[in-house]
Amino acid sequence: MTVNLAIPRTSSVVLRLTRQCQCAVRANPLAGQRTFSVLNRPTPNYEGHVPLTPIERGALAISSAIWCFFDPTRADLIAALGEATAQPFPITRLRDAMLRSPTGRRILRDRPRITSQSLNLPYLRSLPANTVGRNYVEWLDREGVTPDTRSSVQYIDDAECAYVMQRYRESHDFYHALTGLPVVREGEVALKAFEFANTGLPMTGLSIGAVATLKKAERERFWSVYGPWAVRNGLQAEEVINVYWEEELESDVEALRTRLGIEKPPDLRAMRKAERERRKRERQEREAGLRS
Amino acid sequence: MATSRIARPLARRLNARHVLSTQATPLRAFSYALPARSEQPPRTTHFGFETVPEDVKQSRVASVFSSVATSYDTMNDLMSLGIHRLWKDHFVRALDPGINPLIATPGAPPLSILDVAGGTGDIAFRLLEHAGRVHGDNTARVMVADINPDMLAEGRRRAAGTPYLSQGRLEFVEANAEVLSMVPDASVDIYTVAFGIRNFTNIRKALAEAHRILKPGGVFACLEFSKVGNPVLDAVYKRWSFGAIPLIGQVVAGDRKSYQYLVESIERFPSQTEFAGMIKEGGFLLPEGGGWEDLSMGIACVHKGIKPVEEKVRAEEPVKAEKPIYIRPSNPAQIPY
Repeated sequence: MTVNLAIPRTSSVVLRLTRQCQCAVRANPLAGQRTFSVLNRPTPNYEGHVPLTPIERGALAISSAIWCFFDPTRADLIAALGEATAQPFPITRLRDAMLRSPTGRRILRDRPRITSQSLNLPYLRSLPANTVGRNYVEWLDREGVTPDTRSSVQYIDDAECAYVMQRYRESHDFYHALTGLPVVREGEVALKAFEFANTGLPMTGLSIGAVATLKKAERERFWSVYGPWAVRNGLQAEEVINVYWEEELESDVEALRTRLGIEKPPDLRAMRKAERERRKRERQEREAGLRS
Repeated sequence: MATSRIARPLARRLNARHVLSTQATPLRAFSYALPARSEQPPRTTHFGFETVPEDVKQSRVASVFSSVATSYDTMNDLMSLGIHRLWKDHFVRALDPGINPLIATPGAPPLSILDVAGGTGDIAFRLLEHAGRVHGDNTARVMVADINPDMLAEGRRRAAGTPYLSQGRLEFVEANAEVLSMVPDASVDIYTVAFGIRNFTNIRKALAEAHRILKPGGVFACLEFSKVGNPVLDAVYKRWSFGAIPLIGQVVAGDRKSYQYLVESIERFPSQTEFAGMIKEGGFLLPEGGGWEDLSMGIACVHKGIKPVEEKVRAEEPVKAEKPIYIRPSNPAQIPY
């Protein structure tokens, strides 16, 4: 019994399909990547690499975003969120931005890592007060952090893009020193807004959602002062990922900021302190008024 | 005909040459000095899907469990969706520990249980609670042995909320299941190991130690992850194990590697029949049905073995089995009530 399903001739179907595939290969940067399941992951591309399936990647992005919103101290989850959302386009854009600059190309060739061993911290403490290195180490000491707290990149498939992500993560503390924003929630959110405008990584954009967890005064400050500062400076400044920090340790901070095109934001710690003092004074006046 | 007479021996010689040429190192007829044998390679075992030297596995397992110790229960709940509690309850109920003091032989030593790799005390608390509630046995003793001090510390912390520590019925000991030097021969009535035996470096050694320390008639009971029979469920289960569990480990505990090791070690553990065979080779008698009982369609499995009772054969006396511990005394005067 023959059934006529009106299927076109096989050869023309195949030809049309292959032409479509060819177009797909030419236009689609994701073509050529074989799919795999969790039971047969491909070999890692670098030390510590864990190839994820799309479902795993989506689940990691969503669950880490939700968990980080409620517990922003989980730096490893913020890192995982960054890696899960950076592919395929944001991280390749950042890598291409590095390739377009001569310094960026040098960084990609040398692949320097920022750790407490690679930076001579006692030497940095001895530098003059206006240098990048001195500002950095003073900031580290004031906030009580070390360069070793950064987790390694695991979920980015291309080895070079993984290095770019690692470099971004390790330079984050230098961005704090460059802008002078403290490590409190408000400062972190402002810095993330700046990084989003400058690097375009989705995780930095998602982190701006943490504005919802700020206090009312902090939120107002963000929308009126730091948010506009971040957007304006992030967009107009040079790519901060291209700064070779190991070579800029002895340069003047103001000169570096001018070179990059970044304005120094208002001192957040001073503003918060002034705010606290004003509130304390008001409370005391209120209590004095009640008592009398 | 003639061609086949020539062709067949020719073909044989050609084949022989072909075989010789594919040998890795052809023997040279004039020199029979064997190449110097390299040193015996170190004995290796598996650590998940990795192959590691045996002496390294213990420390690596220790570091895995140190890092998961505090969030162990949360992780078990997330990985098995809370079902691990049901498995442990069933395990203890099926063992049914406890001697009713009203029917016990007077002067008999209390029930002695050894829980190996039970650091956080899950099984130990259940055993003691079951003995007390079901049999009224308030003298049964449990020794919890674990190789990891962090898990033991967690267990001691939880035991502080129970009366067993102060009654001296519960003790926590740091020990390797393969070398239980503090436990004398034939001194333990029940040996339990729950979700620990797949982490042992040498399972047969642990089985041999279990055989040594159990009294004749004593029970070896093991609760462990095993192979799922149903292929559809197995496909889903494997994808959950290798996809979701390390992800949950990353998000909840910040430690993907440890949970990757855990699911790989589950995959490497022998199947129900293989492990029952290992228990039998360790000198245990298997109860009927191969000595194993699937839980949740094979996701977990309870294996049991009984140390055989030695039969003392004398020429003039008939063979007498050793008096089991649950028998009611025949002399009414010995019954205390």
